[in-house]
Amino acid sequence: MLLPRLIGNDFFGSLKDMQRVQEQLNRLFYEEGKSAEFPPVNVWTSPDGAIVRTEIPGIDPEKIDITIVNETLTLRGSRVEESTKDCHSCHRKERGFGQFVRSLQLPFIVDSDKVKATFKDGVLEIELPRAEADKPRRISVVSE
Amino acid sequence: MSTEVMEACKKEQENQKMQVTQNTEAEHTRAGKVFVPRADIYETQEQLLILADMPGVKEEGVDITLEQNILTIYGKVEQPQLEGYTLAYSEYGVGDFRRVFALSNEIDRDGIQATIKNGVLKLVLPKSKRAMPKKIAVSVE
Repeated sequence: MLLPRLIGNDFFGSLKDMQRVQEQLNRLFYEEGKSAEFPPVNVWTSPDGAIVRTEIPGIDPEKIDITIVNETLTLRGSRVEESTKDCHSCHRKERGFGQFVRSLQLPFIVDSDKVKATFKDGVLEIELPRAEADKPRRISVVSE
Repeated sequence: MSTEVMEACKKEQENQKMQVTQNTEAEHTRAGKVFVPRADIYETQEQLLILADMPGVKEEGVDITLEQNILTIYGKVEQPQLEGYTLAYSEYGVGDFRRVFALSNEIDRDGIQATIKNGVLKLVLPKSKRAMPKKIAVSVE
């Protein structure tokens, strides 16, 4: 009597309950507009495209790798640790280093030939124009 | 709670900028947020080296003051002006940077060097001659 109840509907029902609780917990801990990914990005949009900005200080601009495939933008890079051979003590170490990869899915197909990226004062700005073929087209109705 | 959630929370804290919460001694005259830059502090025999992440800060936007042994670094960040665009998705806030350090060793004020490159402020603070350890040679009689 007990076994069918455990593996029956009730069992899966309680699994669903657990999932729901977990989702609610996740929502509690993820404030809106925050991300665990590195680097964090800000995205501006307009009808003609988007601008992605991200803060990656201390990176050689030549070592940032940006790739675009259809509507997916991928950023790759690495931050090298400053050499501190002759330092005999280290009081604070808060700055991270190492490799990162970040992919973003944009709401449109990007014209990859016209993408512009600038790196200034540790802030990377990528201009992503929307592909002409992807833009909405107005079709006028001709009355006969 | 699952460990994944915990990990993600920890990761988020690591990647997010910390905002200045307490108003220590002065009111801000500029509107907007102020963040605490992440910093590394190294010490050698002759000098103290501070590296601080201040993305978006230009050379002329850096303000460094040393009063007694309180070192304050301030970096001005301009809000991006993108005409025709609206912010659709935001993971980080944009604002100035400010951090105060209390220095224990006596610093040679005239020898302080500050450089900023790719958004990283590098401060070299040479120790004053008085504060440097002196070697006393022992002579054989």
